Amino acid sequence: MSPTEYLRVSDLHAFYGESHILHGIDFTVRRGECVTLLGRNGAGRTTTLRAIMGLTGKRTGSIMLNGREAINLPPHRITQLGVGYCPEERGIYAGLSTEENLLLPPVVGSGGMSVDEIYAMFPNLWERRHSQGTKLSGGEQQMLALARILRTGARLLLLDEISEGLAPVIVQKLADVIRELKQRDYTVLLVEQNFRFAAPLADRMLVVEHGQIVAEIAQHELRQRKDMLQELLGV
Amino acid sequence: MTEIFGVPLQALMGQLVLGLVNGSFYAVLSLGLAVIFGMLNIINFTHGALYMMGAMFTWMLLEYTGVGYWWSLLLAPVGVGLIGILIERVLLRHVYKLDHLYGLLLTFGLALMIEGLFRHLYGAAGQPYAVPSQLTGALDLGFMFLPKYRAWVIVASLAVCLFTWYMIEKTRLGAYLRAATENAKLTQALGINVPLMVLLTYGFSVGLAGLAGVLAAPTTQVGPLMGSNLLIVVFAVVVIGGMGSILGSVVTGLGLGLVEGLTKVFYAEAASTVVFIAMAIVLMFRPAGLFGREK
Ligand SMILES: Nc1ncnc2c1ncn2[C@@H]1O[C@H](COP(=O)(O)OP(=O)(O)OP(=O)(O)O)[C@@H](O)[C@H]1O
Ligand SMILES: [Mg+2]
Repeated sequence: MSPTEYLRVSDLHAFYGESHILHGIDFTVRRGECVTLLGRNGAGRTTTLRAIMGLTGKRTGSIMLNGREAINLPPHRITQLGVGYCPEERGIYAGLSTEENLLLPPVVGSGGMSVDEIYAMFPNLWERRHSQGTKLSGGEQQMLALARILRTGARLLLLDEISEGLAPVIVQKLADVIRELKQRDYTVLLVEQNFRFAAPLADRMLVVEHGQIVAEIAQHELRQRKDMLQELLGV
Repeated sequence: MTEIFGVPLQALMGQLVLGLVNGSFYAVLSLGLAVIFGMLNIINFTHGALYMMGAMFTWMLLEYTGVGYWWSLLLAPVGVGLIGILIERVLLRHVYKLDHLYGLLLTFGLALMIEGLFRHLYGAAGQPYAVPSQLTGALDLGFMFLPKYRAWVIVASLAVCLFTWYMIEKTRLGAYLRAATENAKLTQALGINVPLMVLLTYGFSVGLAGLAGVLAAPTTQVGPLMGSNLLIVVFAVVVIGGMGSILGSVVTGLGLGLVEGLTKVFYAEAASTVVFIAMAIVLMFRPAGLFGREK
């Protein structure tokens, strides 16, 4: 494994009960890179993130995280290897205030953003810090779900459909945040449906279909391979 | 002498205090049940047996080693908590993913075994346990005599409930617990060692049951059956208060203790059923309980 690789997934199979969902996923993400997983509904992108986090049923293959094998670790140990996970359903806690939601994940490494920096990045969260987490608007909840994993010192962020269902200004704001995170040398694995959101942010795009990676497109190839991509995504 | 509806004030106040004492036990026990249910998804039928064990340990400590009440107050709950940790490790963790019914049957069976064991060793009849010397006698409040030990039980129980509430609602550890109660998998994926939290939660909650047992020892006959008698009422309290609400458990526990006490004064025949009547009424109008959130 080369020192610049932060995540290497090899021959990853994952199951929910009896259903076999991932059929040998292979890809790597280098340190500081932003990689996008694209695909149609039900292709297995969320399942890929959940399998990396140890949240599916049985899984086989290999997940090298920062040089450590993670395939047999429980979720909290995987997080402690320096991973931040932002789930598709956002997962804001109703029983916790906004600030408690923000402060919930334990620190897993040095170099996380300070609470002040986070509030400067998301002023809405500061204003609503005493509100119940689930009383926030959809956009604010999405920001909170993202903000709470920036504090922990996790260097690899797994972000699932963060632009889904949000107003254009908020999507724009999230794109700015991702750009800033790239500048801060975060490594990002972005699951997206929204091609126009993902295309300018991604260094590479991987297309998932039926639980496998079927195509890889680098940023500079995007223009000439756009037709093929559109066909794969059915857009 | 002052009378209220033909009842002497002294007798009325006496029953109210007794009601509060019982209510204190209801509160501490139903609090533990609510926390366990929230976190482990298990209806813990061993709770009464562990309460009994707290009282039996207190009695045994004095009988065999001469260790008195105040040390028992610390040692017996810790002992019960450790037994709880063992139970969680060895048995409970295998049933979390299954239907509630499995956990209920498992803990019910376990309660019968624990009770059977103590019955085998000590017989069904209870043993007396003396009130510690510092707490004998009564306080003269002018309108009534308040036995010191009863006052202590109420104050100590309320302090324990307040402490638990504070820990859960106001601390970092409590935020972990609330998060894990709401969404265990995600909480673990955010880096919190949820299986450890579950273990400690169970240990702490049954430790509380053990503590209630110690507090109860001087107020009753310490015997193998003291838990199962109480537990049925405590389950009614939990149902009335609503599963999973801490404040609800405490308020409901004390409230029902008072209601029971009042019933004893005015219509003693109904004293042992009034809680269940209250339960039926509450369920008709608020199926999720007084403080419960409807799913
Ligand atoms: N908990 C589950 N149990 C059984 N099957 C599941 C479960 N979750 C997802 N699946 C199945 O796994 C497949 C992949 O789902 P996944 O959520 O990974 O898709 P996706 O690519 O994220 O798509 P999208 O989010 O757009 O729906 C789908 O066929 C889905 O039906
Ligand atoms: Mg998805």
